[in-house]
Amino acid sequence: MKYLLLINTLSPDSTEERPAEGPTVEDFMAFDKAVSDAGVKLDGNALDITTATTVHVRVNGERVVTDGPFAETREIVGGYYLIDVPDLDAALDWAARCPGARFGTVEVRTVWEPVQP
Amino acid sequence: MNEQRAARSVEAVFREDRGRLLALLAARFGDLDLAEETASEAIEAALQRWPVDGVPDKPLAWLLTTARRKAIDRIRRDRAYAERLAILQVESDRAAPVVPAEAGFDDIPDERLQLFFTCCHPALSAEAQTALTLRFLAGLTTPEVARAFLVPTATMAQRIVRAKRKIRGARIPFRVPGPDELPARLPGVLRVVYLVFTEGYAASSGTDLLRPDLADEAIRLARILHRLLPREREVTGLLALLLLTDARRAARIDAAGGQVLLEDQDRALWDVDRIAEGRRLVVPALTGPGVGPYAVQAAIAALHDEATAFETTDWPQIVALYDVLLQIEPSPLVALNRAVALAMRDGPEAGLVVLDELTGAEELRGYHLLPAARADLLRRLGRSTEAAAAYRAALDLVGNEPERATLARRLRELTDP
Repeated sequence: MKYLLLINTLSPDSTEERPAEGPTVEDFMAFDKAVSDAGVKLDGNALDITTATTVHVRVNGERVVTDGPFAETREIVGGYYLIDVPDLDAALDWAARCPGARFGTVEVRTVWEPVQP
Repeated sequence: MNEQRAARSVEAVFREDRGRLLALLAARFGDLDLAEETASEAIEAALQRWPVDGVPDKPLAWLLTTARRKAIDRIRRDRAYAERLAILQVESDRAAPVVPAEAGFDDIPDERLQLFFTCCHPALSAEAQTALTLRFLAGLTTPEVARAFLVPTATMAQRIVRAKRKIRGARIPFRVPGPDELPARLPGVLRVVYLVFTEGYAASSGTDLLRPDLADEAIRLARILHRLLPREREVTGLLALLLLTDARRAARIDAAGGQVLLEDQDRALWDVDRIAEGRRLVVPALTGPGVGPYAVQAAIAALHDEATAFETTDWPQIVALYDVLLQIEPSPLVALNRAVALAMRDGPEAGLVVLDELTGAEELRGYHLLPAARADLLRRLGRSTEAAAAYRAALDLVGNEPERATLARRLRELTDP
């Protein structure tokens, strides 16, 4: 079963205080190695959180492009992993090990798989 | 005649072990819907066959075998099911009859623990956890669960459907957490059982103070957990707590259904068997390092039950136990209870000081027992005007009618002596 781990961090515009001891690059590299070595990683990467741009197409076809995520968004997706594990408990274990879970949140979502015809 | 006997047997088996049958089927097929449907079909088959063929010696094994056969038929017939199960990687032995029809009751594995952990999985909302536990382990029907929550049946049915969909869709596993995960997961299961009990102990709304059906179900669930996890001390502690608290049930309401406070209760009405059973369980729950919150609460309940009169209750010991409880579970609610015990030990003034410190606590906002406790202490100190104001504040927040009547009576006694 495929699960997408969405690593949420504070939005760059957020006025909330950032923890001084944020996760280090080494923390993330160690996690990446663990998830790769376990053979469950299908894909995964960090995302640049300063270049987010949002597109919304209005009913009349007008394309509205705005800087950043939706206004009022406190958190922004800072990275993701796509993993293949047997069940939710296994996915939650990986999410809990992700350094992002200690300073932000990691949302676990199942990837919808259509039943083969 | 025979038909009646058969129908009664089906009922008895189903009432007693519906949870077990469902748990076994869910564990085999990893699908709550399939488990429910085939269990119902097996019951229907039993109602037709048993009056003709006679009641089998091992009714549960018969039902299980029948249900499993129907599940396999359905999987063969229904492509969608087959594919879903293939996705679930159901091993071939899961679909094979591992329990022979002649197996005795005790030969059949009890899979209810797996179902407990699935129903109380933290990925489900607290409401869904309680609803699923009542539905699949306590054996309540959806309308009964809806009544327990005081919501329309359709709302509850929707909530259960959504929860089942999440179990299947996110693939919440049917398994007992390993020893390393158990300390994190077990409290969630115990909390659900405790919540069912507290709603039965003092209903959050409605005309009745007690909901005996819910209290009974909670005790039944705690007994099952205790049987399945006899060495988990908090499970033992929870069962002890429920028994020792429930022992006072008959004395807590008068003939008219009105509330009788602890100090006014006829202690001869307390259930001595429950007290004895609870006290036996408290000992192992408390023994050893790292004592848990349910065991401490059970010890407090035991001290209340052991007192021959309200006045002779061992208040110093109760305050000491609340201090321990505050250490392991620091919460304003525990502090509130401790303050009430402290007032009994050191006088109302001392209790009031602590209660006033709690007034701003977010957790207690909207909780009627805080102003009610303040009112009681102010009344005992002769500060009638302040007491009346506190009773009015409590009356604004109280949910069930008998508790409201008690508070209103106190207020009347103060304002119009």
